[in-house]
Amino acid sequence: MTTALIAQKLDARGLNCPMPIVKTAIAIKSLTAGDLLEVLATDPGAVKDFAAWSKSTGNEVVEQSADQGVYRFVIRRK
Amino acid sequence: MDEPLNLVLFSGTDDKLQAAAVLTAGAAALGRPVHVFLQYWALDAFRADRIGRDHGLAPEAGPEGRKAVDDLRAAGQASWAETMRTAKELGDVDIEACSLSMDLLHLEPSDLDPLVDGVEGVTAFFLNAEKGQVVFI
Repeated sequence: MTTALIAQKLDARGLNCPMPIVKTAIAIKSLTAGDLLEVLATDPGAVKDFAAWSKSTGNEVVEQSADQGVYRFVIRRK
Repeated sequence: MDEPLNLVLFSGTDDKLQAAAVLTAGAAALGRPVHVFLQYWALDAFRADRIGRDHGLAPEAGPEGRKAVDDLRAAGQASWAETMRTAKELGDVDIEACSLSMDLLHLEPSDLDPLVDGVEGVTAFFLNAEKGQVVFI
């Protein structure tokens, strides 16, 4: 776990597509390169959407897990 | 991924505008420029005095579709106008009114919601579209 190093947390639980990604994209702007952002989401498309967004923008998903319908992503700002 | 996404919005029902807002926000999150061209009933829905109204749904929605849309909204889904506003905060989203539709509906730029950036003709739209996809909704 990288919890101690997380610079910011975003709770996107209950938000529909594309809001988890949109809020993530907004949140990541306020971080500096190398900072970690933790995102929680329940949107069923989140896993594929975060993978696609990461690939396209270069912000890396460094951790990913799922627990009872809640997805957790840790993203490193490019 | 810098090719713009170009959306031509024709329909003015809330479901189609919601679909368009989702595409806009998704593309903006990926860093793609988005050009939105408002025609006919979509332009009417962007009038400052009507944007917050119920604009109905496409006929195929039926009563079950109406209920599904209402349930999602009650669960906290952002309206299409709010989603468009968020997309504009996030990325490069330009929303233009079709000049022909402005004439058709007897509208002045001051009649439109501030989400709309300006008025242009179809030639300007295609010039700005570059090599990006054009999607008609």
